[in-house]
Amino acid sequence: MTTHKIALTVNGIQEQVEVPSNMTLLTMLRERLGLTGAKNGCAAGECGACTVMMNGEPVNSCLVLAVEAEGAEIVTVEGLSNENGLDGLQEAMIEVTGTQCGFCPPGGLISARALLDRNPSPSEDEIKDALRGNLCRCTGYVRILESVKQAAKGG
Amino acid sequence: MEVVSSGLPEFEYIHAESIEQASTFLLDESKDSRLFMGGTDLFVQMRAGARSPSLLVDVKHLPGMNDIQLKPDGSLHVGAAVNLNALARHEDVAEHYALLAEAAQSVGSYQLRSRATMGGNLCNASPAADTAPAALVLGARLIAQSGKDERSIPVEAFFLGPGETALQRGEILTRIEFPSPPKRSVGRYLKLGRNAAGDLAIVGVAVLGFPDDEAPSGYRFRLALSSVAPTPLLVPEVENILSGETMNDERIQAAARTAQQAAKPIDDVRATADYRSAMVEVYARRALKAVWAALRRDN
Ligand SMILES: Cc1cc2nc3c(=O)[nH]c(=O)nc-3n(C[C@H](O)[C@H](O)[C@H](O)COP(=O)(O)OP(=O)(O)OC[C@H]3O[C@@H](n4cnc5c(N)ncnc54)[C@H](O)[C@@H]3O)c2cc1C
Repeated sequence: MTTHKIALTVNGIQEQVEVPSNMTLLTMLRERLGLTGAKNGCAAGECGACTVMMNGEPVNSCLVLAVEAEGAEIVTVEGLSNENGLDGLQEAMIEVTGTQCGFCPPGGLISARALLDRNPSPSEDEIKDALRGNLCRCTGYVRILESVKQAAKGG
Repeated sequence: MEVVSSGLPEFEYIHAESIEQASTFLLDESKDSRLFMGGTDLFVQMRAGARSPSLLVDVKHLPGMNDIQLKPDGSLHVGAAVNLNALARHEDVAEHYALLAEAAQSVGSYQLRSRATMGGNLCNASPAADTAPAALVLGARLIAQSGKDERSIPVEAFFLGPGETALQRGEILTRIEFPSPPKRSVGRYLKLGRNAAGDLAIVGVAVLGFPDDEAPSGYRFRLALSSVAPTPLLVPEVENILSGETMNDERIQAAARTAQQAAKPIDDVRATADYRSAMVEVYARRALKAVWAALRRDN
């Protein structure tokens, strides 16, 4: 099988990777770049645990080929925090206990970050709509919604 | 077959230089080539073992594939690679083709829609394709190109069966064209799923209604269904029933029953045929009533 050399930016860092045609963006992030935040859940676009930002929009990275990310800007959960600390959403999630087992938040946080980037003060329905594709089996969702509301208030 | 940990079988990938080049690949009998857009149908089918193409052809980056254009005559051209979020939030679509925006928005989740395209939704030809009923009532035409040849296929002639379309080998859908919608028209897409989390439709009903002085009732309505027949289905009889006599609840009820009779639902994991049949009537009635109410309010 042919491999492809691709260049992309991941969490602000330029990367060059050689990938086989059938490698997904998720596998490349996890197994080539060691970014194991995004998770492989259902591998069918249902659960959202693999959600990462691609050129500013959240995508299910299990349904994107790595070779399609040529030239793209990718942000994973690892890229949400910086030298100044955690993202406001992460702070809020800790404070409100918006996470329990920890499997789904890497995806949910990316969807929520993308929502706040395009709509800084979303309604409850808008939050629910943006997070529809991020399944959580622990929290019952109420505290996830609270986390996003709190982060939105905090600006 | 060797499987890497992403679970997709092996294939080659081509970033095509032109549509002509892409159709040459698709026509090459020595390969089992497939075009893809967002891959949200195709990759899931490949993981399930339902398809194993040897070559995937990518044309999403080619000129025009991502364009949305409102033409001076009011018609709308949508590139086949336009994703459903981009379609739903485009100003001209939201303003003049609200039904299309509503249908696009009803698909899956936000992150799915940032990859899923209308081209892929139509070409995958699932009976449940949520953008298909809107395309049917809006009278869309699908522009297909093979080599340098282009043809325009009316959407009513596009769906041949589950997963089967009028596209010939080597033909690529490049854009979807919508004629200017009738003046003061109102549309709705109602979708019944198993849950609120973006499931495929058990029943989907699109209705477009508009005032028409030449119709004895003063209105015309078009209605199309998803998920209740081997293909998405336009129910032309509805137009006759509702244009003929004065509009009232009984006429709407008769039209909803006609939609129910036109449906040929099956049992599957989402619902039984009986339930689907009952829900066609309910959802057709609700959609017709909603559109009629909006028409009386606006006109
Ligand atoms: C979790 C999940 C939820 C979903 N929910 C919904 C839903 O609510 N409603 C719904 O309708 N669908 C749903 N889908 C199905 C799918 O997301 C949509 O049908 C989507 O619009 C497909 O578009 P795509 O660009 O991803 O197509 P792809 O997977 O890239 O392509 C689909 C098929 O069409 C062919 N094709 C694509 N583009 C062209 C072209 N330009 N010319 C010729 N052939 C072409 C491909 O070869 C392939 O066979 C869901 C899927 C998943 C995984």
